[in-house]
Amino acid sequence: MLREANGWSTLDVVCLPPELHNRPERIADAVRGKIREHRDGYDSIFVAYGDCGTGGALDAVLAEEGAERIPGAHCYEFFAGPATFAALAEAEPGTFYLTDFLLRHFERLVIEGLGIDRHPELKDAYFGNYRRLVYLAQAPKPDAEAAARAVADRLGLELVVRQTGYGDLGSRLRSFAERPLMRAWPA
Amino acid sequence: MAEATEGEFDLRSLDEAELIEQVHDDMYNGLKAEVEQATHIFLERGWKPDKVLNDALVEGMRIVGVDFRDGILFVPEVLLAANAMKGGMAILRPLLAETGAQPIGKIVIGTVKGDIHDIGKNLVGMMMEGAGFEVIDLGINNPVEKYLAALEEHKPDFLGMSALLTTTMPYMKVVIDTLKEKSLRDKYIVLVGGAPLNEEFGKAIGADAYCRDAAIAVETAKRLLAERRAAHAH
Repeated sequence: MLREANGWSTLDVVCLPPELHNRPERIADAVRGKIREHRDGYDSIFVAYGDCGTGGALDAVLAEEGAERIPGAHCYEFFAGPATFAALAEAEPGTFYLTDFLLRHFERLVIEGLGIDRHPELKDAYFGNYRRLVYLAQAPKPDAEAAARAVADRLGLELVVRQTGYGDLGSRLRSFAERPLMRAWPA
Repeated sequence: MAEATEGEFDLRSLDEAELIEQVHDDMYNGLKAEVEQATHIFLERGWKPDKVLNDALVEGMRIVGVDFRDGILFVPEVLLAANAMKGGMAILRPLLAETGAQPIGKIVIGTVKGDIHDIGKNLVGMMMEGAGFEVIDLGINNPVEKYLAALEEHKPDFLGMSALLTTTMPYMKVVIDTLKEKSLRDKYIVLVGGAPLNEEFGKAIGADAYCRDAAIAVETAKRLLAERRAAHAH
């Protein structure tokens, strides 16, 4: 969406499987594979991931492969901005975050990915300590807030909606787009 | 005890070796009721509670842990297996207490401040208990003051800290540094764990060990406690 809106014709986007959100230990190797697959065709590579629970493993791979990513622990952080994200976490540690992407794929990534569809009794094991759901909206569709509310109700959480736009992702990509021939992967 | 219905078989018809194998399978498949039933059958057959615990439950969960480590099982399956093990342990716990057996060590464990994730921490607590440790579980979102108070009150061998978030794992160092400031660090063996941690991080913050999973936490705890006791014996 950012690419189209800004006319970044020299930027191509390729994606990794969204299921990696549930297997962070596999992210670094998967990113390395994508970099090597596409490196020859581009001058520079930007990885639109946070650390995403890799515990620094992703940064180690990016250093070895000569690529860079957007700073921050999670996509939540670079969408909301570090200060806002820190304040949200500080105010309520039991906060579950959704982005447009996670909202769109909630059933597949969260409900099915965590086995709650097959074993509803697991819901409390995953979400019993959460108190609220913060929906960080980038470019939400008209029914997105209702969908977020349905998720919050399903999980028994208070809903908070924040219109964040693309946050640091947009500004970082903009600086990258000035370079010719690059490829980016969204989290 | 429920009788076997059509399509099922009666666990009582199995000999001991078969029943052990079956309870491991049932735990692997997260079948709590079956694990509980098998636990009762072992006890009825005269097995000591600690033998049921070790040979049936702990070994079953060890198998689950190995396949989780190898990427064959995922978190949902591990949670279901743990729930099945909990069912068996609930039956055994009062019987184990009656034997008067002393715990082999004591651990205070909790998730650090700012973090409410406790799945891994709960697994470690359960496996430590299964291995014979006394476990004092502080729950989630623990500030350093709560850890200190629990260490003072319970005087454990171990402090275990857990974090799931890269944003909260640095708090482990806050706790360890506070222990150092108060000249308490050497009184405890500090174990840390959590998905984003690694060996290097554990060393960097001054923990005694990083434990990749619950089974390794138990192995590490046993080894470090034996080393410490051997050192104190000299």
